[in-house]
Amino acid sequence: MQLRSNEFKPRAAANLRDEKLQRGLGLIKVKAVVNRASAVAEFGDFEALREAGKVIRDRALADLDIYLERFEREATARGAVVHWAENASEACRIVVGIARDNGVKKVAKSKSMVSEEVGLNEALIEAGIEPVETDLGEYILQINDAEPPSHIVMPVIHKTVEDVADLFHEKHGTPRKTDPAALTREAREILRSQFLSAEMGLSGANFIVAETGSTLIVTNEGNGRLCTTLPRLHVAITGIEKVVPTLEDASVLLRLLPRSATGQAITNYVSVHTGPKRLEETDGPQQFHIVLVDNGRSKLLAGEMREMLRCIRCGACMNHCPVYQAVGGHAWGWVYPGPMGNILTPSYVGLENAVQLPNAATMCNQCGVVCPVKIPLPDLMRKLREEQMARGLKPWAERFGLALWGWAAQQPALYALGTRIAVRVMKWMGGSEKLIHRLPLASGWSDGRDFPAPAGKTFRELYKERRK
Amino acid sequence: MRVALFVTCLADLMRPGVAFAAIRLLEHGGCTVEVPESQTCCGQPAWNSGDRATAIALARKALDEFEGFEYVVAPSGSCGGMIRAHYPELFRDDPALQKRAEALAAHTYELTDFLVNILKLDGVPGDFSGTVTYHDSCSGLRELGVKAQPRALLAKLPGVKLVEMDEAETCCGFGGTFSLKFGEVSTQLADNKCGHACATGADAIVGGDLGCLLNIEGRLRRRGDLRTQVLHIAEVLAGDTAGPASAGQPAPKAG
Repeated sequence: MQLRSNEFKPRAAANLRDEKLQRGLGLIKVKAVVNRASAVAEFGDFEALREAGKVIRDRALADLDIYLERFEREATARGAVVHWAENASEACRIVVGIARDNGVKKVAKSKSMVSEEVGLNEALIEAGIEPVETDLGEYILQINDAEPPSHIVMPVIHKTVEDVADLFHEKHGTPRKTDPAALTREAREILRSQFLSAEMGLSGANFIVAETGSTLIVTNEGNGRLCTTLPRLHVAITGIEKVVPTLEDASVLLRLLPRSATGQAITNYVSVHTGPKRLEETDGPQQFHIVLVDNGRSKLLAGEMREMLRCIRCGACMNHCPVYQAVGGHAWGWVYPGPMGNILTPSYVGLENAVQLPNAATMCNQCGVVCPVKIPLPDLMRKLREEQMARGLKPWAERFGLALWGWAAQQPALYALGTRIAVRVMKWMGGSEKLIHRLPLASGWSDGRDFPAPAGKTFRELYKERRK
Repeated sequence: MRVALFVTCLADLMRPGVAFAAIRLLEHGGCTVEVPESQTCCGQPAWNSGDRATAIALARKALDEFEGFEYVVAPSGSCGGMIRAHYPELFRDDPALQKRAEALAAHTYELTDFLVNILKLDGVPGDFSGTVTYHDSCSGLRELGVKAQPRALLAKLPGVKLVEMDEAETCCGFGGTFSLKFGEVSTQLADNKCGHACATGADAIVGGDLGCLLNIEGRLRRRGDLRTQVLHIAEVLAGDTAGPASAGQPAPKAG
C-alpha cells in the first residue's frame, strides 16, 4: 500500500467536505458505538474481562520467544509448516514461493490486515498469481482499482450502498441494483467460482495458540471458512505478536474481540485451524503453511511502544475516536487508521514518514477507555511526541513557541507583565462584540471559530486590587 | 480548612470571574482560600507537546508552590488531571520528587469533585435560572471521574433545569494545541458539539473546563448564535453568570 501518512492534514480537510463520505461515516456511531455499548452492558463485569485480556496479552509478550517456539513445535507436530518473515518483502517472498512451488495461479483471500501491511497482493500480481479478495468489503475495494481499506474491521465503511451499486453495475456489467441483499447475492455468485478454482486459500489469524499450534480466525461472512478448507493449500499469515499461550486464553480474548469490534457476543464463524487435512478426514487443505511476520514488531517489544503489541485489532479505538469519526480512515494514509494508527504507523514506517499522526488526536482518551486490552493509547502518542521533539521532527514555529512560553511561565514577574499586556490587546481586538474574528498566528483557530475576548485584566491583577 | 486555589492560566487570562467564583464557592463551604501568587501554568501544554523538560520544570515550580497546603483545588479537570494523573509519571526518574508529586496529586482536586466529595456542600450561593446542558470535559471525566459531581451541584439550584445533550461525553475538539494544529478537524468537532447542545434548547451550555468552553463558544458565535450562554460551572454555582464582562466588576464577596 502506498504510504501517504504525511498528507494527513490536507486529506483530512478534504474528507470533512466530502458529503458522501460523511454520510457513510455516520454509520460508525450507529453501528459500532451503540452496539458495543449494549454488548458491554449486557455482559456484566466487562472491566474484569478487559483486565483479564490485558493480563493474557502481557503474559504472551513477556515470553514471546518461548510461546512462538512452542507454537512452531506444536504446529509442526500436527503437520503444518511454519515460516518466519523478518520483514514485508520476506513475507511476500515466502508466500509467492509457496504458490510457485505448488503451481498456484489463483489465491482466494480471506481478510488479512497483515497481508495489506506487507503488500502481498501487489507481490502476487507481480509474480503472475491472481489474488481474489473474498471478504465482501475487501472484494468491493479490490474491484474498485485496489482501493485501500479505510477501517480494519469494516473496510468499506466510507462507501454508501449507492457507490457499491454503481461499482457492481460498471464492473460486473449487470443491471444496476441498490438492494444490499441483491448486491451481496451478486458478489456471492461471482465469488463462488473463485473459491472452487483457487488452488490456494489465504487467511490471516486473529490469534495463534501455542499449546496446540492452531491459528484462529473470527469472521461473519463464511468466506474465511471456504478459503481455508476448499483450496488444496492454506496459508495463514499473521504477526508474531498474535500468539497466546492456551486455547483457554484465546477463549477469553474471544469474549472481548467481537463485543469491542461490532458489539456481537460472538461472530458468525469462529474457525480454529490445527494442521492440514488428516488421513481420516474428508476435506481440508493438503498443506497448511503459517507465515509469522515480524516487520518491526520485535523492535516494539524492546521499546516504549511495547504495550501496543497487546492490540487484538478490534477497531474500537477508531470507532470511538472523534477525529476518526470526522475524517475517516483514508486520511491516515496507511494500513492502520485511528488511534492505533497514530502509534503503529510511525512505529512501522518511521516517525519521519508519519510526523503528523501522533499529534492527530485531542488526547480525549475515549480510545483508551474502550480498548479491550487496556492499551494507554494517548500515553503512547505522547511518548512519540517526545521522540519527535528529541529528534527535531517538530516544526520550527512550534518548538520556538513552546520554548518561549515555557521560559516565560517560569518567570512569574515577567509572565504577569506579559499576560497583562496580552489580555489588554485581546480585549481591544475583541471590540464591542467582545469576539475576536481573526487571530494572527492562529488562523487554525479563527478560520472556523471566533475567540471570546477577555475582559482586559488578569485574575492576578484583579485579585491584588481586591485584597487592598 | 486551608485550600490553595490553582487558578489555571486560562482563568487568569481569559475569564478571571471563574477563579473568583471558585473562591466564593470554597469560602461558602468554610474554606480559607489562598492563592499562591507566583503560580503560572501546570505544564500540560508542554507535556502534551512532547516537551518533557519544560513540563518537568513547570511541575517542579507547582510542587514548590502548592505542596504545603491541605488541599489544592482547580476549576478545571484538565489542570487537575495533569497534577493528579501525570505529575507522578513526570518524575519517574527521580524517586524523591516523585514521592512529593504523589503527595501533591493525592490532595489535588477538581473543583466540583472537591465541593461534593470533600466539602459535601449542602447548598450553593448561585441563583441561576433557566435550562442548561452539561458538557463533560475529557480529562475531568476520564482522568478524574467527574461526571455526577457537577450534576449533583446543579440540582441544588432550584431554578436550573438540566437537559442532557446527545454525546455529552464526546470531545469538543479543543485538545489544547490540537485546536491550532488541526484547526479544521477541531472546528468540525466543536460544530458537532454545538449541534448537540443547541438541540436541547438550553439557555446555557455549562462545563468545567475553560479550554472546552472557549472552543464551544467560539464555534457557537461563528455559527451566528449570540443568544446561548456558555458558562463555567463555577460561575453558575456561585451566581456570577454575566460572563467575561463581569470580570472587571468585583464580586460581592471577594478575597
